[in-house]
Order: sequence, then C-alpha cells, then structure tokens
Amino acid sequence: MDWYPLWNSLRIAALSSILVFFSGIFCAYYVARLPRVIKGVLDVILTLPMVLPPTVCGYFLILVFGVKRPIGMLLDSIGFRFVMTWYGGILAAAVVAFPLMYRTARGAFESFDETLAYSGQTLGLSNTYIFWRVRMPYCRQGILAGLVLAFARALGEYGATSMLIGYTPGRTATISTSVYQYWRTNDEKNAMIWVLINLAISAIVLLTVNLLEKRNGKAGAVK
Amino acid sequence: MSLIVKIKKRLGSFFLDIDLETDEITGILGASGCGKSMLLKCIAGVVTPDEGSIILNGRTLFDSDRKINLKPQERRVGYLFQNYALFPNMTVRQNILCGLHREKDRARREKVYQETLNMLQLNGLEEHYPQQLSGGQQQRTALARILVSQPDIMLLDEPFSALDANLRDKLLIEMKEILSRFKGISIAVTHNRDEAYKLCSRIAMIENGKIITAAPTKELFSNPGSVACASMTGCKNIEAAVKADEHHIDVPAWGIRLETAEPVRDGLKAVGIRAHYFNQNSRLNSNEIVIEGLFEEPFETTVLFRFRNQDAQSPSVWWRLPKDRVPREHELSIGIAPVNILLLYR
Repeated sequence: MDWYPLWNSLRIAALSSILVFFSGIFCAYYVARLPRVIKGVLDVILTLPMVLPPTVCGYFLILVFGVKRPIGMLLDSIGFRFVMTWYGGILAAAVVAFPLMYRTARGAFESFDETLAYSGQTLGLSNTYIFWRVRMPYCRQGILAGLVLAFARALGEYGATSMLIGYTPGRTATISTSVYQYWRTNDEKNAMIWVLINLAISAIVLLTVNLLEKRNGKAGAVK
Repeated sequence: MSLIVKIKKRLGSFFLDIDLETDEITGILGASGCGKSMLLKCIAGVVTPDEGSIILNGRTLFDSDRKINLKPQERRVGYLFQNYALFPNMTVRQNILCGLHREKDRARREKVYQETLNMLQLNGLEEHYPQQLSGGQQQRTALARILVSQPDIMLLDEPFSALDANLRDKLLIEMKEILSRFKGISIAVTHNRDEAYKLCSRIAMIENGKIITAAPTKELFSNPGSVACASMTGCKNIEAAVKADEHHIDVPAWGIRLETAEPVRDGLKAVGIRAHYFNQNSRLNSNEIVIEGLFEEPFETTVLFRFRNQDAQSPSVWWRLPKDRVPREHELSIGIAPVNILLLYR
C-alpha cells in the first residue's frame, strides 16, 4: 500500500499550522490595536477565507501564484513553484485555516486582563517578555483551541488544495484528495481505508489536546 | 523628593484637568468615576495625557511641549492595581522575581528577594500560585513585587477594595508601616475616607476630573471649607446657612441660630455638623429636638431627629452615639460645641 498521502497530509497540515499559528497571533494582536475603520476592513479581509467556498480561495491562489502570473513567474525564476507541488498544499491549507486561528486568538486576546500587561510594564518587563510569558499563557486555552481547529481544517482541506496542487499520486496526493480519487475510480476499499485513517488521526489529535488541557489545569494557571 | 503633575486629558465627555504637587503619602479621595485611576495611569505612563507635564524628583516623565514621553518601563513607578494584577501563570517566587529582572547579580538578587519575602511574611508561600492565596497574601505578594523593583514612587489604586472588611483594618496598619519605610512618594487612590484618613498625611479631593482641595489630612477633616469636601469627609448634616453676626449663623431650614467659635466671614454658603458632635449635656447651642427614628448598629446607634421648628422640606438630622447613651425620651434638647460647627464657604 502507498502511504504517501498520509505522510504528505501530515506534513502539509503541520507546516501550515505553524505558519498559521504565528501569522494568526500576529494579526490578532496588531489588528485589535488599529483604528476602528481600518480594523473593520482588515477583519473582513482576514476572515473571508472562512466563509468563501475553498474552491474560490483556490481560484484566487491560482490567480496570484499561477506560473503565467507576475508573482508566480517571479517565484518560479528563483525556484519556487506553488502550483502542482506538495508545498503548494501548505499555502492552500494555510489560507483556508488562517481565519480559524486568527479569530479564536483575537477572542482570547480580547478577554485578556490589560492590567496584567500594565503591571508588567511598570515593573520594567519588556513588551516581548510580557507577550510571551504573560499574555500568551493567560490566553493559552483559546490559542490552543484555535491551533487545533486550524490543524484539523488544514488536514481536511480539499477544495483549494485540489485546485492549486491537483492530485498526482506520489507527489501531491493528500488524504482528502486520495479519498475522492479512489471513490471516483470505484476503488471503494482504498477510499474506506483512507477515511478510517483520517478518522483515527482526528480522534488522536482531539484526545491529545484534552489530555494536555487536563495536565495544564493541575499545574495552576488561569481559572 | 517631589512629584509635580500638571496634565489635561479628554476622554469622550469626561475631562481630566489635574494640577498636583506632592512629596509625602498623599491620598486622592473622590467618588467612583471621578478620574482617580486615570490620573494614576497617566503617571505610570500606560495612558498618555493630551497635554501637560509630569516631573518626578526632577526627572521629566512626560512633557507635551518638549515631546518627552518615557515608556512605563523607564519611569520607575510602582503600581499596585486594584486586583493586584499578579501573573496567574507564575508562582509567588516567579512573580516577585519579575520585579528583580534588572538585577543581574545572582547573589544580590536572591538576597533582596529573601529580605522582602521576610518583611512581608510570605515565607512558605513561595511555590503557591496567586489563585491559591488569600486576598491579603495576594496584596502582600504584589507589594513585594513592587518593592523589590525599587520604584521612586508608589501608586496604590483602591488598595483595600478587594478585601473583606475585617481584613481591611489589619492590612491598613501593615500598609501604613510599609509605606512609611518606603523611601519615596506614595499616592493612594480611594473612595473611602477612613482609609484615606488612616493612611495618608495629605489628601487631595477630586471631583469631575478636577482637584478641588489639597491639604494635610487632619486639617481637611477639621475644616473642610466647602460643601463637597465636607460631604466627602463624611459630614452627614449639611444645610444652607447665612451669617447673622461675627459669631452667629442662622440655619433657616432648621429654624435655629448657632454660635460659632471661629469668626464668620462674609459669603457663607452652608453649615456642616458631623453626626458624632451633638451632645446631650452641652448647654451651648442647645435646641429642642423631636426624635423620629433609631437605626442600631453593633456598637453605635444613629438617631434621626428634627429640630422643633425644622422646615418640612429639610431632611432629618443624623446623630450618632454609643448604644448605652441613646436617650429614652422622645423629645429633648441637645447642644453642640461652637468649635464643632463647620463653616462652608463654597
């Protein structure tokens, strides 16, 4: 049996989650501080991939990164091609999963008690220290939830992925595109195998998060 | 040592306009929402005033004309927040060490830490998380964290409001001792006049974003001078009054004339009489009264009465006295020493 789709899906989901983790937190933190009008506009743009059909996101990605488009051509000339490559899948999954991280992180940051940051500042702690050692731990639950949602979304991404990187066995195949291909070619057995694998991964991820939460709960920290 | 604050800040329809100069333990007394916390935030640098200047011990923290605005990190200001703002993900030890992060010498850091821990009686709690501590312990941890950072000024925002009443008095005494040992200026914001009286040597009263009076505490309570100050220092009986002659005033609503110790100036607005200062045995300023009702407390009783010829529109007068001295009769005469009559000109 060809295990490539499993390996490919996992690395795409993991790498896009890392990407989304930092960019989502960054945007959530800074967008909340912008003037109202700009904040409103940016909020809409950053959340749009969540409500758009993934195929539309994929279409936009092709518009930007297609090999005949300016940016796509530029990237191609330095050896990066996001169309029909496995790492193009990172881009597709990240764009679709980003709003989940962004919105949950923003919600978590909004519930943060700002006096904690103020007291850190008056004690002379740098804003970077306060961010990573006070704000992030305080908002840990929301941010972790956002990360899990983003990872799960990235793992199950189909629409934008199939538009951007297609389905090439052994090169760009992911679990979700494989399920579709096997089903389309009447290979019910293989389709079912990949469905079960996908179920198992999702269950393990959720279980791990629940266990982590319980351990953290015991170590004190926020109510 | 001195702190000079001259700032203006507009926030929606609220306007903060502060002119304050101080060098001791100063209380800022005012009702909720009068701008007290905003003032502390401006001094600490977490809120930027629209204009003005803040100078601490000759060091300019903020000056809108010279475009100076030090970061909170550079101001050396200790800020005790109402909820103490301890980092919930850190132990008592880690929280306190946050205040010592500038001290690079490990041995010195440990020494200061241990000294402060002992002084604030936090031994044995070092590995506890804030939510495992009582309110008093949380307050002491927050104080320790501030003291180790060696600030030039200590800002206390409603330091006792999060505590039980019986704990409050005990911690007030502790706090007073800590502040007197602290070599710097302290500013305590409170809406509680008892706290301000016990803790502060000077009091500034704030109303609608403006300081209306600043004076030594005892002076302020014995001679508040204005209706707003009298009421904020807890004077229960305030009524419009007019000058009769140099040592007498008329209180039309109560239908009485009172003798004063201090000469009456022109432009008298009102008279204030504290509920504790009526005296059944006094012959001076003696007037007939009719008792309307009693409100018992554990050790004292509040008697509500009206003067014989009191205007029907005027509210009843408060008289507070020890329980065992409450009069049995319904109608009697009570007096008040002329020295206890507060003349209010504003």
